[in-house]
Amino acid sequence: MTDLQHSPLESAHQALGARLVPFAGWNMPVQYASIIAEHAAVRTKAGIFDISHMGQFLVSGPTAEAWLNQMLTNNISKLAIGQGQYTLMLNDAGGVIDDLIAYRTGESDYFLVVNASMIDEDFFWLASRQDEDVTLRNESHLWAGMAIQGPLATAIFATVFPEETLPPRNGISLTASDAIVCRTGYTGEDGFEFFCPAAAGLAYWEQFLAAGAAPCGLGARDSLRLEMGYPLNGNDLSPARSPIEAGLGFFCDLTKPEFVGRATLARQKAAGPQLKLTAIQYTDKGAPPRAHYPVTNSDGQAIGELTSGVLSPSLMTGIGMAYLPAEYSQPGTPLQIEVRGRRYPAQVVKKPFYKR
Amino acid sequence: MNTPSDLLYCLSHEWVRLDGDIATVGISDHAQEELTDVVFVELPAIGRAVDAGDPTAVVESVKAASDIYAPVSGEVVAVNPEVEADPSLVNTDPYGRGWIFQLRVKQPADYSGLMDAAAYQAQIS
Repeated sequence: MTDLQHSPLESAHQALGARLVPFAGWNMPVQYASIIAEHAAVRTKAGIFDISHMGQFLVSGPTAEAWLNQMLTNNISKLAIGQGQYTLMLNDAGGVIDDLIAYRTGESDYFLVVNASMIDEDFFWLASRQDEDVTLRNESHLWAGMAIQGPLATAIFATVFPEETLPPRNGISLTASDAIVCRTGYTGEDGFEFFCPAAAGLAYWEQFLAAGAAPCGLGARDSLRLEMGYPLNGNDLSPARSPIEAGLGFFCDLTKPEFVGRATLARQKAAGPQLKLTAIQYTDKGAPPRAHYPVTNSDGQAIGELTSGVLSPSLMTGIGMAYLPAEYSQPGTPLQIEVRGRRYPAQVVKKPFYKR
Repeated sequence: MNTPSDLLYCLSHEWVRLDGDIATVGISDHAQEELTDVVFVELPAIGRAVDAGDPTAVVESVKAASDIYAPVSGEVVAVNPEVEADPSLVNTDPYGRGWIFQLRVKQPADYSGLMDAAAYQAQIS
């Protein structure tokens, strides 16, 4: 393990009494006072997350569009300037290297936001397949990042930037001060993600807090995303599983004649995947489900294990996801989650777990 | 940090209230603050024999499950159904309504592994 990296906002977290833990190689706040209170703040008001650990790549050049269409699953040609899309980077076998958001910022300029844990691996993967007419830059260390999420997020934006307009859903824009604003998030609430030069981060953080955003840590970020059924790479996505198995076929454009991993996806889509990332919810009270707990069918036969699990703070019941044989993926299918040798009744549900 | 002086404590942050051969067990104020929001408590079966140091109950927050160890050897004679129904009592009243289980102590004289409040306070500060 190399030395932990430090967010440009770390001193603010320390001043707020956050608990800092190693996450994806970074020393990051897991919570300030209470995950449940932070979770509720995002669902009912607005929260702010430090996402400075996430990676930013700039891709540009006359063939950038064609090259990204080869390297990523979604169809980047569908993006007008100022638009973004969720997409995936696959290995040759169709397994997931990373999930990311790709924004088109100019005629042949793209901004990619990737997972913190995968910055080096993603960059190496892309650089080793780089088109000679494409420029690829890793700017991850240059940017501070914050996600402001919740029903009051747009009002907070208006307070901090009275002269600016938020981009539309999935859009990207630049402020007059050259900060990047993306109308995206990982919580299921309206909101935006904000990137500014690292040295300017603390001042913006304080402004968003003063405008009413409650500081929220990675604990709430995880429970919020799981309530929406959003996958977390490393838990729910892996190099051994394809986006078809993960239920992300919508973000894979198989009408593109070629992209890395396409053959596996086409085959799985035609035949139907044997495994499906399935949403599972307790039918009664029980011990909080967590990653790697066994999943059994109603007869108690092991059929998989949770890739993520949490006691949902909004629903006050256990929720989780697991790759299960397709015959167990229908909503209503009774299952059990095994916690310390005891089985708790659960059933397959439709995503998202939390419906607004 | 609240550390009542009439209780004994373990290095693993349980407290023990002794009343004859009955030991009531919970987790300290310091422990509940470290764990943060308790969302689930798994209680032991009544009648179960435990040795000092055995994992006997489980207290879970959103992020983690933590074992609660038997501070002394004995038999589980009571559990607190209130914390099963409302796990947040472990946070709000750790030395009162947030108690977790009671043991009938096997050897009432053997409390050698336990600390008094001053020693525990020194341990956590």
